[in-house]
Formats: sequence, C-alpha cells, structure tokens
Amino acid sequence: MRIVKEFSKGFTTHLPPFRLVLGLCPVLAVTTTVANGIGMGLAATFVLVCSNVLVSLLRKVIPSKVRIACFIVLIATFVVIVEIIMKAFFFPLSQSLGIFIPLIVVNCIILGRAEAFAAKNPVHLAAVDGLGIGLGFTLSLAVLGTVREILGAGTFLGTPLFGESFEPFTLFAKAPGAFIGLGVLLFLLNAVDRFRLRAREESLQRRF
Amino acid sequence: MVPEEKAQRGLFPLKSSPHLTAPLTTPRVMLDVLIALLPVTIAAILFFRLHAIVLILASVAGAALAEWIGNRLMNKEHTLLDGSAVVTGMILALCLPPTFPFYFAALGGAVSTGIGKMAFGGLGYNIFNPAMVGRTFLTACFGTMMTAWIEPGTLYPIGGGDLVTAAGDVIAVTAATPLGIAKQMLAAGDPAEAAAIAAQLPGPLRLFLGNIGGSLGETSALAILLGSLWMLLRRTITWHIPAGVLLGAFVFGLVAWLANPTVVADPSAHLLGGAMLFGAFIIATDPVTCPLSASGRFAFGVGVGLITMLIRIVGGYPEGVMYAVLLMNAVTPFLDRWTAPRPLGLEGTSHA
Repeated sequence: MRIVKEFSKGFTTHLPPFRLVLGLCPVLAVTTTVANGIGMGLAATFVLVCSNVLVSLLRKVIPSKVRIACFIVLIATFVVIVEIIMKAFFFPLSQSLGIFIPLIVVNCIILGRAEAFAAKNPVHLAAVDGLGIGLGFTLSLAVLGTVREILGAGTFLGTPLFGESFEPFTLFAKAPGAFIGLGVLLFLLNAVDRFRLRAREESLQRRF
Repeated sequence: MVPEEKAQRGLFPLKSSPHLTAPLTTPRVMLDVLIALLPVTIAAILFFRLHAIVLILASVAGAALAEWIGNRLMNKEHTLLDGSAVVTGMILALCLPPTFPFYFAALGGAVSTGIGKMAFGGLGYNIFNPAMVGRTFLTACFGTMMTAWIEPGTLYPIGGGDLVTAAGDVIAVTAATPLGIAKQMLAAGDPAEAAAIAAQLPGPLRLFLGNIGGSLGETSALAILLGSLWMLLRRTITWHIPAGVLLGAFVFGLVAWLANPTVVADPSAHLLGGAMLFGAFIIATDPVTCPLSASGRFAFGVGVGLITMLIRIVGGYPEGVMYAVLLMNAVTPFLDRWTAPRPLGLEGTSHA
C-alpha cells in the first residue's frame, strides 16, 4: 500500500530530526518541556499537511524557476494562520514558544517536503506524507522534551516526579543540554540501527 | 612464517623505521602526572580530610567506568591501564569544592571521559580538556553546589547537608575564597567599603601554603609548585604554557591594579588565589589539547592567563580558569597552523 508506506516513513527512514537532520533550530530551542515540544510539533504538522496539499495541487501551475518563492509564500500563509489560532486559543503555549512559531516558515523540513515530495506527487500522497513526517517530528520533539523536562526540572507535563530533595540538572533546561540530549538520542538510534543491520546480515548468511 | 617476521628474527634483523624509540609512553607520562599530583592530593587530604579522599575516589571511579564503557561500545582496545582516565578523574576531583556530593563527582568524572574524551574517539582525539568538560557540566548543572566553600579542617557531613545541625551546633564554617573577596571588592560601592573587604584577604604566606577556602587541589601554591617541578624535570611539560599563563595574568592584573588599586585585588592574590597555578601547571598543560610548537604553547598560555583575568576582573564570575582553558582549547588548531615549523630547506614559501 503506497499510502501506508508514505505515512510510516515519517517514523522510520525519514524520522525528523533524527533521520532527516533538518529543522534543528526549533528542536533545540523549544524542547525544554514536553508540552512545548508537542505544541511545536503539532503546529508544524498542521503547516506541513496544508502546504503539502496546496503545493501538490498547484504543482503543474507553478513555473519551476520561481517554485521556491511560491512554496515559501504558501507555507507563510499557513504559518500566519497557525500563529493567529494559537494566540486565540492556546495563549500560554504561544507565549512560551514565542518567535519559534513564526519561524516555522523557514523550517527546512517543510520546504524540504514541498520540494522533494509534494511537488512531484498527487495530492492524497502528499497529504499523507505531510501527516507522517509531521507526527514523526512531534514524536521526536516529545521524546527530547521528556528527557529534558525530567532531567532539567524533575517534572513531566508540569507534575513533579521526585521528592523535594531532587537536585535538577539545570544544564538540560539550557541550550547545551539540548545539544547533548540530541546527540545522545542520535547515538542511540544509530546504535540500534547498526545492531539490527548486523542481525539481518547474520540471518542472511545463515540462510545461504 | 611471514617473510617480514623471518627477517626480524634472523642474524641481521630487518625492520622498517622507526629504529629508535624513546621510553616515553602514555602510561609513563600519566604516571609522571600522577606523581606530580601527589603533593596536591596530600595537601587536599590534610586540609579537607575525608572529603578529599571520597571525592577523588568517586571521580576517578566515574571516569574509569565511562572510559571502559566507551571502549567497549566502540570495540576498541581497553585503555584503562594507561592511566589517562585516572589522571582526568584526579584533576576533576581536585577542582571541586570540598562539600560537593560524591555521587555527582562520579557523574562529573563519567561526563569528563564519556563526553569529553570517548565521544570524540578516545585519548588523543579530544578537542577539549576532558576534566574541564566535566567541571563545566557540573557548574552548569549544580551552580550553587559548585561554589559552596568551607574553611579547611571543618567536619562537613559527607554527601552534603546543612552547615548547622538541628540542635544549633555549627558543623562547618563557610569561607570566602580569595577570589570571592576580590569580587566583593569590585562590587563595593565606595573605597572605604572596598578597603574593609580587602582586609579579609589572606596574606601571601597563607595563600602560598594554602590553608584557605577553595577547591580541593587549588589552595596550596606550594604543593602545586612541588608537583610541577617534577613534571618540568621529567619534561612531561615544558615551561612555555605555565610561563605564558602567569605572564598574561600578571600583566593584566598589574595594569588593572595600578589603574584602580582600591577595588582591584593586587596581582599576587590573583596569581596565588583560585585555580591560577593549578590551571597554569596542571590543567592547561594537557598534552592532547594544547598546541605542539613552543611558540604556540606560549601564545596558548598567554591567552589562558588573559581570558582568566578578564573573567575575574571584568566578567561576572569570580573564577575563570576553566572557561579560559576551554576557549583556548578551541583555538589550538589555529595556533598550531600559525606556528607550524617550516620544513628544512623550504625557502620563501608560506608556512601554512
């Protein structure tokens, strides 16, 4: 099934930002808490799905010489929509995400999917691709946010996990902690991949 | 038998160069550093008793464990016995305040070798001084614990706790470090207030012997100089880096003091207080992360000294050796490129 394949690749081979190492700026900046990570991920997902659909619909109309500018205009439209919606209905979240909501415009993942996928594929696949990649992005941000919130503040979704005596690793609430957390998660994912690859090679060798 | 092996065993052994090897190996260098750290360690144990022993053991254990795991994960030969992890753990422990909890010291040791060294590929590949990476991590995580100083010889409970018991007995007395006093002088409103604070500065003799508040290993100038003398005699380190650090710091301190003697502590307090000597002789001279050429090393030292004094006098922190060393580590590749020796016989070519 093509649709299932295009959807699931957002969690496997194209998982941002661990597989596509793109969009690192919001990943490092907003993952201080789980809630921020999920909020940012969902906002990016909305923009990604909408822009993918529109780019796919207009792919035969847009002249290829000016396509990047056209994509950016389309993406910017949806980012403004998200920004206004968040200000209206999720004000505290939009306050804590701050400048990083408008900056979704320049998120490489969104432009990358428009250029690499939506501009070449029919609209239903483009929508599914955007949804898969967006949800994968949300998942990654949530995982990194979980690690950083638990270590950096001792809480999960705002509820304290440890007793009063817990000494939070304030480093993880700051930017260097984001880099270290991202690096360690990347290392773990690569290690798992390598382990699985080796296991598959061994099973192939056994077969022949 | 492989032909090469045969040739090596015959009457006239054949072997490709190098034909002469110096007895200077990594374990030997590390042993020299450990010998040099001995006086400092003894001084630390004399001043801070059990705290020093517990912190050193914990930090070394953490560093060694992370090194072992790192080698295991990378399928590399185990390097525990070359002693580099022990040296890193010792240096980190000697840079910690005596009241620091030992379990976090172990964590710091693990970060030192795990992230500071093994993540870059092991000994010889790291860009930054591993012990300072660990200390920066601990400072960024536990800022208040990293600046809790006590008077030497007080019986602060191992593993942390309050300075006063529930019954009201004073267990330990907090102590202002010389650099803390220097910082207060800078913050003082008027000259009279600054002079009153300056009176708390320990005299040069006390600074030299080291019976004052501070990190475990940095208080006693005498012990540091004794250990450094051994390394200089053994040529484990050259004089260029320490001379550069002390010169840079002295010139900066002198100019600042002459310009404003009421609020700036005199240069001797800056040279003898804090981690200046420990940094100059033991931290900055790490052979992996300092430049290779003599002139590069001297420039590296001057940079460390100037940045340290810049942080101490102009910046927000009382102490800056750690950041100064890390910043100069980052510049080391450039210093190496600018001071690369020109190959013999090449004339008129640029040395890049």
